[in-house]
Amino acid sequence: MKIEGKRAVWNEYQKDIAADKYFYVRSCVRQNFFPGSETTFLRIMREELGKDIYEHPCHTTCTGIGYHGDIVPIDTMMTVVARQFALMTEAGYENLVPSCITSFGIYTEVLDTWHHFPETEAKIREYLKKATGREFQIPKNLAHASDVIYKFRKEIAAKAKFKLINKETGKPLQVVEHIGCHYSKMFPNKGVGGAEYPYVLVGMIEDWGGEIIDYPERRHCCGFGFRQYLVQANRGYSMSCSHKKFESMEPYKPDMIITNCPGCPMFLDKWQYAIAEMEGKTYGANGQGIPVFTYEEVAGMVLGYDPWDIGLQVHQVSCEPLLDKIGIPYNKEKKYDGVNGQKLGVPEMPVNLKCC
Amino acid sequence: MGKLYDTLMQDVRFEEGLNACINCGTCTAICAAAEFYNYEPRSIVDTVQTKDDEKIIELLKSETIWYCGECMSCKTRCPRGNAPGLIIMALRSLSQDLGYFVESEKGRQQLAVKRTVGQWILDFGYCLYLEGVGTNMHPEQGPVWDWEQKNWKQVFERLGANYKGDGPGILRKIPEEALDEIRKIFDVTGGTKRFEMIEECSKKKAAEMNLNLDEGIGSEYFQHIYSYNNNQHNREK
Repeated sequence: MKIEGKRAVWNEYQKDIAADKYFYVRSCVRQNFFPGSETTFLRIMREELGKDIYEHPCHTTCTGIGYHGDIVPIDTMMTVVARQFALMTEAGYENLVPSCITSFGIYTEVLDTWHHFPETEAKIREYLKKATGREFQIPKNLAHASDVIYKFRKEIAAKAKFKLINKETGKPLQVVEHIGCHYSKMFPNKGVGGAEYPYVLVGMIEDWGGEIIDYPERRHCCGFGFRQYLVQANRGYSMSCSHKKFESMEPYKPDMIITNCPGCPMFLDKWQYAIAEMEGKTYGANGQGIPVFTYEEVAGMVLGYDPWDIGLQVHQVSCEPLLDKIGIPYNKEKKYDGVNGQKLGVPEMPVNLKCC
Repeated sequence: MGKLYDTLMQDVRFEEGLNACINCGTCTAICAAAEFYNYEPRSIVDTVQTKDDEKIIELLKSETIWYCGECMSCKTRCPRGNAPGLIIMALRSLSQDLGYFVESEKGRQQLAVKRTVGQWILDFGYCLYLEGVGTNMHPEQGPVWDWEQKNWKQVFERLGANYKGDGPGILRKIPEEALDEIRKIFDVTGGTKRFEMIEECSKKKAAEMNLNLDEGIGSEYFQHIYSYNNNQHNREK
């Protein structure tokens, strides 16, 4: 792969990412499926980088899954978003950082719509005032949480205890990066690197010692498809999209997958389990899967956080093969402990997918 | 001719999403749904731009408008700056506003989305509710999720959550006054009306299909729309 040409292309798509004083809004999916990732993100921001990042207890969903599931009308979605802006304004912040990629897409869409249709913004301001009495300022800066980690990737590298390098061979780990569709497919100039060559995760991986795999279905959707996963009868769509990606990346023997959208790691993790149980096919070495991570988890790993503090135990595909390759220590006995070492039992083993 | 087209033009997504389509098919080539379903976003855009009300009504009652996964890959690729995904969203909204969605197997599924995601937004402030995503309805979540289900509180506490607690944090309890504001926003902006329309049309359709429909997710009609697939939707390999 001639990487210079690609670097020149993504270089055209840069974005301003605020340096401090963030208003953080949580993700419906990440909270439920990767709670350790949001905890780790805030820990890195506050303890490693010394940033001011604030969370308002009264903020809510942006309604994104409902909006893209087509049960929430556009005016409703935009007014809920306007309420988030109002909470941010009232708290004295101007830089919005959503945890979710669907939300990032929603906020981007709302701001773009208001830019092109000022009368729509005026209507939404009236709706919000009528429903809640609140008013708001438009954010000065909108960056996804992965943009913020990207911005500080070199500072994280400087503090890193581990590199994404195979400790036995000394070679960079081979990494598949998967960007959530709504990060930049709708508004390419709002993502680092645009839609064709998003650099937000590539930059992290390269600065933390790994090497990116360029494979044919790199930009294909993970298969969430909103209603295509939410309704059981449609779930074949979701699984077939992930399957297409696994088949495409398999020949490159990836050591791991990194993602920036909350839903994608869940699908890429759980569909590997489902495919293994349904068809006996596994994509990692020795009957295991390819470990899938959020970018917060990868940042936490290189910073030397305990794997069970950042939540790697809630993945269905075992993370241990990757931890072993890097040489990250972990206590197997404590993997499924609760607080203060409380024993919570262990999950059952799948039939086909080998787990640790 | 053209009244429904005019209605669609009032949706900013439609106005943004449709310039003159040249029928090149790039959207279909990149479309994740077109690979799985017997589906072409190109044809939908072509039909809509005829401005023919009869053809648009046919679309609003069809299966085809429900196949899109809204990944928006089409928006990136269209050489004319169209966004078939946004046009689909406008069509789906109109199909629900006019009650046509219950005329297709895939459209009827809107009740399932409303009674899960929609209800969770109003009750808990987020689109997902941990205890609503069990392996009974989501077997792909696997044994680790089963283990988490048995130990919600302890697992989430271990990972720094404020599960059902006051104040900020992961999976906190959203204050009642905040939920009230969200409900009022739904009332003022048409969200409540959309939900009521989905319920009302679904009840009529359930009666027509001789299937019981009560509240919640347990009754015959809900289970039918959630799990039934006539297996006629997919692209032939």
